[in-house]
Amino acid sequence: MAFFMILFPLFMAVVAAVVPSDRIRPWLLPVTGAVHLGMVLLVLANPDLAGETGWLVLDPLGTIVLLVVSTLFFFCSIHVVDYLKHSHTKNNRVFCICFNAFIGVMTLVTWSHHLGVMWVAIEATTLVSAPLVCFEKTPSSIEATWKYLVICSVGIALALLGSFFLAYASLLAGIEPTLTFEHLLHQAPLLSKPWLHAAFVLMLVGYGTKMGLAPMHTWLPEAHSEAPAPISAMFSGALLICAFLAILRIYHICITAGDLAFVSPLLIFMGLFSMAVASVFVVGQKDFKRMLAYSSIEHMGILALGIGMGGAALFGTMYHVMTHGMTKGLLFLSAGNIYHAYGSKNTDHVSGALQRLPISGTLFLVGFLAIIGSPPFGPFISEFSILSAGFNSGHAVACAFFLVFLLIIFIGMGATVLKVVQRRDPTPTPQPVFKESLQSILPPIFLLGLVILLGVHIPAPLSDLLHNAVSFLEIQP
Amino acid sequence: MNPSLNALLVVVLVLNLFALGTSRLVTVIKIVSLQGVLLGIMPLLIETEIGMSVIFTSVAGIALKGIIIPFMMLRAMRDVQIKREMEPLIGFLPSMLLGALATGLALLFSKALPLADEHTTQLLVPAALATIFVGFILLTTRVKAITQVMGYLVLENGIYIFGMLLLGAMPLVVELGVLLDLFVAVFVICIIINHINQAFSSLDTRRLVSLKE
Repeated sequence: MAFFMILFPLFMAVVAAVVPSDRIRPWLLPVTGAVHLGMVLLVLANPDLAGETGWLVLDPLGTIVLLVVSTLFFFCSIHVVDYLKHSHTKNNRVFCICFNAFIGVMTLVTWSHHLGVMWVAIEATTLVSAPLVCFEKTPSSIEATWKYLVICSVGIALALLGSFFLAYASLLAGIEPTLTFEHLLHQAPLLSKPWLHAAFVLMLVGYGTKMGLAPMHTWLPEAHSEAPAPISAMFSGALLICAFLAILRIYHICITAGDLAFVSPLLIFMGLFSMAVASVFVVGQKDFKRMLAYSSIEHMGILALGIGMGGAALFGTMYHVMTHGMTKGLLFLSAGNIYHAYGSKNTDHVSGALQRLPISGTLFLVGFLAIIGSPPFGPFISEFSILSAGFNSGHAVACAFFLVFLLIIFIGMGATVLKVVQRRDPTPTPQPVFKESLQSILPPIFLLGLVILLGVHIPAPLSDLLHNAVSFLEIQP
Repeated sequence: MNPSLNALLVVVLVLNLFALGTSRLVTVIKIVSLQGVLLGIMPLLIETEIGMSVIFTSVAGIALKGIIIPFMMLRAMRDVQIKREMEPLIGFLPSMLLGALATGLALLFSKALPLADEHTTQLLVPAALATIFVGFILLTTRVKAITQVMGYLVLENGIYIFGMLLLGAMPLVVELGVLLDLFVAVFVICIIINHINQAFSSLDTRRLVSLKE
């Protein structure tokens, strides 16, 4: 199943390359999405089917990420068909090839238990997603793609150096040098400390670049705001989480080696710094997709902070991976509809979305309420659980900063969102005719349903999965 | 102690300095490809038993870094019709001196590192650190997109040198995966470079600032 799950999207990418019609080709994406989600649910229901091999193992952490990636891709792949229909760029061959391959390599990230394979997969996610960012070929999208490629490639190169340091730490411990996750985890207490610490720092910086942690986040607002909306949704909810999974791997090795005291301050600092940067730039932000991008940086900061505090906060952090992914999907997809209806992302030109697009406007507003952490939505539960765990474990100062930044971001985002949805419509007769089709509003509506569901009640299988993930992180092998 | 390996590493370090000191893009591309070939030979000098997989990765590495990537870069250069790097943020001579200084510091620094006994007499660790640093200098101080890509390749070479310490930790599949990623990266970058040239009529990355806050 592992190979099938990874190779099927790649196969569909090849199919997309040979389908001649620009109108039919996008429909391959929902097919990939449905089959992929089906396979994921099948494996979840029946773990014997997983068919794990030495390097491809589905552990609870990988499962959570895989579930988020697959669910989000399913909804985005439905939405993207409609998005492409309204786009000015008609040739979507490269786009469909890359989008199919994108989900394939992200699946490989979630399965890989060999840090070398994981590195190859994460670098591959950058490469296949770069052409997605510059789909519209505008100068600004090309600029965003260039920054994305160069900054992330260099960052990830550092992560490769970090992986090598880790292997060297095992060599110095008198063990055969290895990058297999299981071996490293079992021998974690033996690893040479200086090299292990250096490896952690390099991998945190390297994969942190990809995850969008400040101060290495500079590619993120550009790429998120210039990419087509369904791609931004995948970036924010799925791609960043894949990089987070890579950081979780080295974090896991470090805490098993008894180095929580070393990694914890670094993660807490990076987390709070990311939130601070996000709160500075979100205030007065005129580009509403860029605002969502800064919100992603904020939430990546929350994840880093969560694992930095460790212990009881881990449950909330893993839950936050899910709730953030679903909410960001909802926000970016509805933002995509608004963008198409106005032909602009700037609040100087966009206002009165509630009148022009009653459903998408409402979804955008409700998504905003969810993402800033108000009840009864999912992010409220996850953020609350991280905060209460933080206060209980003696991280009161970090948690206080957390709350202050949340408040600033609430005000900053609120101003921009209200400008978009309220006021009068600038042009009473909409020039680019855009009607909310079922296909463009159903995916965000379903995502909203999931966000509310995650906020009111954690389904039992999901709660088991989260508890497994936490105990997987905490149990010493 | 492996005298021929150390000799190769010294050549790599000298090539680094040449790459920093020249403004002609063709020269930089040639230097980096020569470096790639030297790197490809190294595993053959290190391994005591040369199996098929070592020869295979070696040949693949030499073919990619010595022939395919330089060819792609030269083509990209011809397409966008530029020959020289402009006067960089840090001049050519100062950056060359900076590179030499970094090489010296890397030699001193690696003495202080906890290394396995068999690695203390080799130049692998200092050469890796110095090459990575030179890659960063190229990446950050040069303004043409193509030279920045060469900086990335030098950085990648430096990391590859460090990987020589760990032959065996990276299985063949992963090794080939890394090379494949490198190939696709250069391929995608060449396409984007073309787009940049069309959209901005220049490869000066200082013009790519419209998205700054």
